[in-house]
Amino acid sequence: MLRDITLGQYYPADSILHRLDPRVKFVGTLVYVISLFLFHNWGYLLGTVFLAVMIKLSKVPFKFITKGLKSIFVLLAITMVFNILFTPGEVLVRIWKITITREGVAMACRMSVRLIFLMIGSSLMTLTTTPNQLTDALESLLGPLKKIHVPVHEISMMMSIALRFIPILLEETDKIMKAQMARGADFESGNIIQRVKNMVPLLVPLFISAFRRANDLALAMEARCYHGGEGRTQMKPLRYQTRDYAAYGVLVAYLVCSIGLRVCGL
Amino acid sequence: MKSARMQKKAGNNVMGMIRAAGLGYEYLRYEEEGQEPEVTKAIEDVSLEIQKGQFIAVLGHNGSGKSTLAKHINALLVPTEGTMWVDDMKTTDEEDVWKIRQKAGMVFQNPDNQIIGNVVEEDVGFGPENLGVPTDEIWKRVEESLTATGMISYRAHSPNKLSGGQKQRVAIAGVMAMQPECIVLDEPTAMLDPNGRKEVLRAVRKLNEEKGVTVILITHYMEEVVFADRVFVMDNGKLVMQGTPREIFSEVEKLKELRLDVPQVTLLAYELRKNGVDLPEGILTIEELVNALCH
Repeated sequence: MLRDITLGQYYPADSILHRLDPRVKFVGTLVYVISLFLFHNWGYLLGTVFLAVMIKLSKVPFKFITKGLKSIFVLLAITMVFNILFTPGEVLVRIWKITITREGVAMACRMSVRLIFLMIGSSLMTLTTTPNQLTDALESLLGPLKKIHVPVHEISMMMSIALRFIPILLEETDKIMKAQMARGADFESGNIIQRVKNMVPLLVPLFISAFRRANDLALAMEARCYHGGEGRTQMKPLRYQTRDYAAYGVLVAYLVCSIGLRVCGL
Repeated sequence: MKSARMQKKAGNNVMGMIRAAGLGYEYLRYEEEGQEPEVTKAIEDVSLEIQKGQFIAVLGHNGSGKSTLAKHINALLVPTEGTMWVDDMKTTDEEDVWKIRQKAGMVFQNPDNQIIGNVVEEDVGFGPENLGVPTDEIWKRVEESLTATGMISYRAHSPNKLSGGQKQRVAIAGVMAMQPECIVLDEPTAMLDPNGRKEVLRAVRKLNEEKGVTVILITHYMEEVVFADRVFVMDNGKLVMQGTPREIFSEVEKLKELRLDVPQVTLLAYELRKNGVDLPEGILTIEELVNALCH
């Protein structure tokens, strides 16, 4: 059923990673991504160990994590091909006009490892954090931007409302589709242009209903005294615990190690 | 100074918590492009008074202006004519708008379109968050109001997985968490099945009886009106009848003229009376009819 759709890809489990403050996980992912681009040779070992430990700690099955890799497969293939073919250097193989260089192969491997680790690292965050926690973390981390008049609170409110309404609109799409099909609409046959044209009787009612919902929701929010982020308190404010400070410590140590390895040229 | 306050307090008791005097609201309706917009009166010259702790029902068929009236109580609309007072505050005073909305909460028709949170308890906490209530107090209020509406066991659920009646009860809990003195329900049961309707009504009546919250229930289901202390009937933007349910339902002919149904039992009693059976006027429940017929 559409109602049971879980958004994002949160994997419910009781692990230390799940319990960490979402802000720590957000910063952690960022640090990890940066470290990936610092690595030369031995650094990759450090990155792999770090990632493996995190996966173990998260209690998320490894199969679940690698699911996300399918979506970047094409991107991965393209990067590899381009890196192999267009990096100048010591020639390994030459077939007609195509040359493959040693540097090219090395670069391709490095890039693909980076991409795969990046994907796994970031999905580890979304797997252990609910969408709500993520928006809260974003609001809190982007807080300083308020000083330059970036509507941080509004952005995070929009994101959480979108999360709330996606399943509702999906269900509605399904309903409209069935209603139009009952009247002879055809969403499945024809070429691509024909199919796009056939979507019109689906999209028009969907948009109208979305606007109506938005109007109702705005009214309901105003009726409950919503007047922006000013003077608002939070029911579930984010508070750092001891374990969060410890996690920050680990992150700093990890980052220092990565930079150290880079500086030493290892 | 002191006497003025005393007077105000005393005045409160006498004058009612919600008062409307000569209330009118008109809006422009745009037909086709290029045409002059047409002035439409949604409500016209409505005067009423509602005492604290009362259970009020507002009846009327579609387009009678009952929803427009409801939105005036909450200052979502401000009158173009006349005045509306909520707890001695005029709804036209902009600085009082938030205070009025805290005093008079509102529950809407569509249960999906008024739930903001992704988790039941977060949604109930939304109102208090906006009021700037401290965190600990928010949790206390959320628990209290979810218990009062019987939804406490669903606190960690996603609202998408609840039934219509349950969603409306969450919405009511969300309003209750703001600790209002009055709650306006704008056809809260129109989109629900009979069971959901009963659930919601039970929750509303409980709040009225146990917590003394003033309830203004807008509806077109006659069965829901029977328990009210006072009924207002609207037609074409005007307040055409008011009184106790018994008074209202004894005028079957007039209600029919307004295209409103009467409860089945009342209608049966009315027809029986017309055909010469000796029955009192304004019978509202099956029990009453049985008693009257047996004596």
